[in-house]
Amino acid sequence: MPVDAKTVRRIAHLARIAVADDEVADLQTELNAMLAFVEQLAEVNVDGVEPMTSVTPMELKQREDKVTDGGIADDIVRNAPATENHFFLVPKVVE
Amino acid sequence: MSDLTSLTLAQARDGLRSKSFSATELTQAHLAAIEHARGLNAFVLETPDQARAMAKAADARLMAGQARPLDGVPLGIKDLFATRDVRTTACSHILDNFVPTYESSVTANLWRDGAVLLGKLNNDEFAMGSSNETSAFGPVISPWRRRGSNTPLVPGGSSGGSAAAVAAMLCTGAVGTDTGGSIRQPAALTGIVGIKPTYGRCSRWGVVAFASSLDQAGPFARTVRDAAILLTSMAGHDPKDSTSIDRPVPDYEAAVGNSIKGMRIGIPKEYRLDGMAADMNQLWERGAGWLRAAGAEVIEVSLPHTKYALPAYYIVAPAEASSNLARYDGVRYGLRAPGRDIIDMYQKTRAEGFGREVRRRIMIGTYVLSAGYFDAYYVRAQKVRTLIKKDFEDCFAGGVDAILTPATPSAAFGIGEQGEGDPVEMYLNDVFTVTVNMAGLPGISVPGGLSAEGLPLGLQLIGRPFDEATLFSLAQVIEDAAGRFTPTRWW
Repeated sequence: MPVDAKTVRRIAHLARIAVADDEVADLQTELNAMLAFVEQLAEVNVDGVEPMTSVTPMELKQREDKVTDGGIADDIVRNAPATENHFFLVPKVVE
Repeated sequence: MSDLTSLTLAQARDGLRSKSFSATELTQAHLAAIEHARGLNAFVLETPDQARAMAKAADARLMAGQARPLDGVPLGIKDLFATRDVRTTACSHILDNFVPTYESSVTANLWRDGAVLLGKLNNDEFAMGSSNETSAFGPVISPWRRRGSNTPLVPGGSSGGSAAAVAAMLCTGAVGTDTGGSIRQPAALTGIVGIKPTYGRCSRWGVVAFASSLDQAGPFARTVRDAAILLTSMAGHDPKDSTSIDRPVPDYEAAVGNSIKGMRIGIPKEYRLDGMAADMNQLWERGAGWLRAAGAEVIEVSLPHTKYALPAYYIVAPAEASSNLARYDGVRYGLRAPGRDIIDMYQKTRAEGFGREVRRRIMIGTYVLSAGYFDAYYVRAQKVRTLIKKDFEDCFAGGVDAILTPATPSAAFGIGEQGEGDPVEMYLNDVFTVTVNMAGLPGISVPGGLSAEGLPLGLQLIGRPFDEATLFSLAQVIEDAAGRFTPTRWW
């Protein structure tokens, strides 16, 4: 199912990636090439088939309910572009 | 001194233990080789000071007779593994200057065993690519050239830097990741050994995530024995990765040289593609012959859903990537582009930081997960995945021990030759390798011969879950028959 320019912009918004007006057409072509390629999956009979949820069968391990980590606030903010007192600083979130 | 870089990893390890040379000398020889090979663009970060310090510590242990399994062995690490205090970028601008404060579990295992870090290796941005052409650091140039030609060739991808560095003898071995073929395909294109272990064999903690249900770490080396040695150190249960399997790690080196008499090897008829290079077809038959000569039984098998693996992968992998790459928002690490408000900042940061291939895949992934399309695309692809896995399970249940296929449809191509107009052209390079990630199985690529133009061609063996040992035994038979392939130095 091919996508139109409006859908390309909507996807870009969902993905939070700015797309310039002059980039939309190329992106549309690329995305449609990929979608055309995956179209053949519609041929497969998947009646009664479960979607794969676990690649290698295993039971989720649970750990002990103990505090085993923490107190590393300096490390956590070390790579941030803007911080103050161990807070991450960002442009305004709410009007 | 330069003779030291032509040693295999096993020879280096043994030479260090027998005190034929020191870890410092061995590391220095590799650092010099790296300096002379900058034209390959295999390394994105060299770490000579750290390498020398680690070599010195290894020498102390070797002198005291307390050698660890990999003491003094110099390695390169794909820039997708978080290395403490050493810049890690996933070869993307969005992680410019990111310096982890933690170590990935796989690399921690290697340092625990005494290995030496020579530097970080180039890769396709966020591991998305099959040629190492999407890296923010520029492409890697293969150490191989076509006979009589100077055209720069790709080493394959996404672990192109890792493969090129090992093939060019800049390190005794390297570590990469494989999500759709990113270890096996570049190994095949550069004439070296690469193995993607079973999903869960190695920990993914500290590996920059691309597609969480497909990613696996694995070694590159010039021989089967070397790859086995590295995997033994890399693998193991990690409580920090809930998808890592709690099973002991066998001594994989012990499987190298084991007899393959009586093993049953399947040749899947659906892997015979029209348009596959004639020399690759011939190598595939020769490979079957070598295994037969060593006592294996070779039979034709069927994996009926083979052709759907690549399209299913190009739904599942981008979908998972769109989720994993949502964290790159300019807030906590990496690049931040200024914006008038937070949404604007996210959008500009991600537009500026991600390359074209990454953006393409995030957008496809976002689309197939979006409301109204989720069932038709993602759920359907996951159902096809169940069928792909079942094909292999049925085959193994029928008594097959391993499956032999070509690793790639053809030899390495020139930089810029593929994918410009149509992204799908590049994706077809992984047609033989993605099935293995989709099924979570182990797969090894071993050099089998040279193409008509003198470029390496590899064979792939696919094994049962957690039966990497059988793959090493079989791969050694191929290596014994095919020999080793070394590029002529042009740099």
